[in-house]
Amino acid sequence: MESRVLSHLRALEAESIHILREVVAEFSNPVMLYSVGKDSSVMMRLAQKAFHPARIPFPVLHVDTGYKFKEMYEFRDNLAKELGLNLIVYANQAALDAGANPFTLGTQKCCAQLKTRALLDALAAGGYDAAFGGARRDEEKSRAKERIYSFRDKFGQWDPKNQRPELWNVYNAKIEKGETIRVFPLSNWTEMDIWRYIELEKIPLVQLYFAKEREMLVRGNSIIPLEHNYPIQIGEKPEMVKVRMRSLGCTYCTGAIRSEAETLPQLMEELVQFKRSERENRIIDHDTEGSMEIKKREGYF
Amino acid sequence: MSIESQLLRFTTAGSVDDGKSTLIGRLLYEAKGVYEDQLASVRNSSVNRSTGPIDFSLLTDGLRAEREQGITIDVAYRYAATPRRKFIIADTPGHEQYTRNMATGASTADLAIVLIDARKGVLVQSRRHAFITALLGIRYVAVAVNKMDLVDFREDVFRRIETEFLAYAHSVGLKNVAFFPISALEGDNITEKSARTPWYQGTPLLEHLETVDLGEGHNFTDLRFPVQYVNRPTLDFRGYTGQLASGVLRPGQTIMTLPSGRITKVKSLPSFDGDLAEAYPPMSVTVCLEDEVDISRGDMLVDPARVPHVSRRFAAKLVWMHETPGEAGRDYLLKHTSQTVRAQIAKIRHRIDINTLAEQPANKLELNEIASIQIETRRPLFFDAYAQNRTTGAFILIDAITNATVAAGMIEESTADSLEPLQLGSLEFSGETEATVTPAERYKRAGHYPATVWLTARQELAGMLERKLFDLGCSVHVLADDRESHLLPELARVLNSAGLIAICSIASPDQTEARRAQQLAGDTRFLLVDPQQLPVKDEEASEVLMKMLEDRGVLRRKERFEVGEGI
Repeated sequence: MESRVLSHLRALEAESIHILREVVAEFSNPVMLYSVGKDSSVMMRLAQKAFHPARIPFPVLHVDTGYKFKEMYEFRDNLAKELGLNLIVYANQAALDAGANPFTLGTQKCCAQLKTRALLDALAAGGYDAAFGGARRDEEKSRAKERIYSFRDKFGQWDPKNQRPELWNVYNAKIEKGETIRVFPLSNWTEMDIWRYIELEKIPLVQLYFAKEREMLVRGNSIIPLEHNYPIQIGEKPEMVKVRMRSLGCTYCTGAIRSEAETLPQLMEELVQFKRSERENRIIDHDTEGSMEIKKREGYF
Repeated sequence: MSIESQLLRFTTAGSVDDGKSTLIGRLLYEAKGVYEDQLASVRNSSVNRSTGPIDFSLLTDGLRAEREQGITIDVAYRYAATPRRKFIIADTPGHEQYTRNMATGASTADLAIVLIDARKGVLVQSRRHAFITALLGIRYVAVAVNKMDLVDFREDVFRRIETEFLAYAHSVGLKNVAFFPISALEGDNITEKSARTPWYQGTPLLEHLETVDLGEGHNFTDLRFPVQYVNRPTLDFRGYTGQLASGVLRPGQTIMTLPSGRITKVKSLPSFDGDLAEAYPPMSVTVCLEDEVDISRGDMLVDPARVPHVSRRFAAKLVWMHETPGEAGRDYLLKHTSQTVRAQIAKIRHRIDINTLAEQPANKLELNEIASIQIETRRPLFFDAYAQNRTTGAFILIDAITNATVAAGMIEESTADSLEPLQLGSLEFSGETEATVTPAERYKRAGHYPATVWLTARQELAGMLERKLFDLGCSVHVLADDRESHLLPELARVLNSAGLIAICSIASPDQTEARRAQQLAGDTRFLLVDPQQLPVKDEEASEVLMKMLEDRGVLRRKERFEVGEGI
């Protein structure tokens, strides 16, 4: 008899599809948070598979800080058209109008305004009772204990001491009005699983992930993209560097790395060589030790 | 790790001092689950409890508060991979009050690593870990006898632990148990065979994790497909989606749908990547059927030759997971596969002392207690024993008011003997709560009120009375089941609420049930006759009883004369 053991990627795929369908079956108004990044791209493919031949049966929400890469906006709009997505773009316009930006506010305050606040407002505005996010448990230590269904109170806050136990694949979907659940279908995927799956499934990606000559500002160990009028200090000069982004956030907070990886196999090879976790280049995680945990308690994903 | 590698989920159980965090840290490090910057952050960590060049335990301790306390207090998931396998590690604490977390981590695991400190041997907690491992149905156990370096790698120490643990493991039903003499701190027998244990013939721990047979864990014979979501994008497509719990699905295969019992065939297994020729667990698929059948979420597709149990009541083991104690008779929501139903704990049979396995009586279930109980649900479930099927045998209980997940349940092999009879008194009847048909309407149609007549040791009289009442045009039924006499009060109440006269005929003179029946029926509609005062002859006795029913207003006198003797 031929072996009927799923490969680990297909086992993860089956688990994620089960989660996506379970939420659609049990919640009245789910939404998928879409960040244009590689994890979001995988989550989108899983949603296509879960509901094939139907279209994705929930809206897709992009919380836009206004400081993303131009290529990300283009990619997002093309994908939405191609898949027939109900794409909702939400920004904290009041804060942007008041001049909020990462250069003067600092990353913590900027994130609080343009990401966390915007996200909570967007969820409230849409009346969503469940929101899919692409977070993975291997990203950061505080995420290792996150549930797949993560319960949030009326203020969107997460209480790590009061989480519902989660057994088997039997998820407790009971909430009161005003309470919400964040759902993480990719909880058990690692960064390498994501890349392998993208390769296996030939999932289209933003080209920012691949190495290319780009105009950057090199400051110490940091290589900073220049979009959105990044304030250059006296004596600094942009230069062309062959770089790629290891994870995609706002231009200012996403450090680039020098790289020669122009293709997916080259990229994965580079990852194995580097052995550095992908968030290292994200400035926000390293502000204070345990900073991600603090952000999460306040409602960040 | 390659695209073809397999997935092993395992859990770790051990107490604070067994070196569990160090072992996991070591496995992560050896299996490249740790990135350089994470190692760097451990080296720089503000809390310094370092015992070696790298304190591997700091890699696995999670949240701030816990780190400050120096103890992991919840389930944390870790990931590692070797070229052969990807690992999902549920890291659970071994402290007594955290049975809940251990059960959570164990629920999805294929294998459990139980840590034993070589210096301390098999402790009460080691037994506890073995018990929970067996309870949650984990197929493989790897006993890591740690800190062998501190006992000079002596074989006799290892063998003694092996013998003792094995005896206990067998007593709780664990089968595949393997032992490893290791030092997590120094790396012996983790990735390579240690030169310091020449007497050890087995494989290193990591190799064992890479090679245990995963296919054995799946049941490919009994089709169980809980319908999760009905996908109807257009009028001409109706796909039933779900994750296969067991069995294999193929186009053309005959299946039965539950609860309807309809038989039909699988038409196709459409997918994003084209139609599938076959689906097996744990695949998430879409099923199209030959016939238009009315199926919704919570239904199940099964093999008609191997159907699951279908019942509203069953016995189960329960792990209580909440500070609010569990009680019989309280309303809970029960989620089982894709169904959520109202349920009650009908009876707590006994609590199990997790340290001694002794069975103790209990009225309540406190946090972290394990008990053998009986469940009654409002609607029938389709289930198998947990030992046979970890998906269709598992459920959770949710507090109907707070929405908290309060318990995890494992359904036991059900035989008629193992179940207490159904306690109907604990259920609500729609006839009473939603009065679509009122008692007045029933009276108008039947020509009499409902009542319960209680007769002791007069079986023939009961039959005669039934005949007489029936001939009068009354709706009447004799309940005479001696084996389940304690059920009669509830059954009589059901008949009463349907407007019938119930004649309960029981052999035993015990009045306990009679008093309960009186309570349920109400004084005016309950007729209990002292056997001493009733005429010995059945004919006479039945007349006395008829008269009594008239006097109580159950029967209308006039009708009796009209139909009775032909006057």
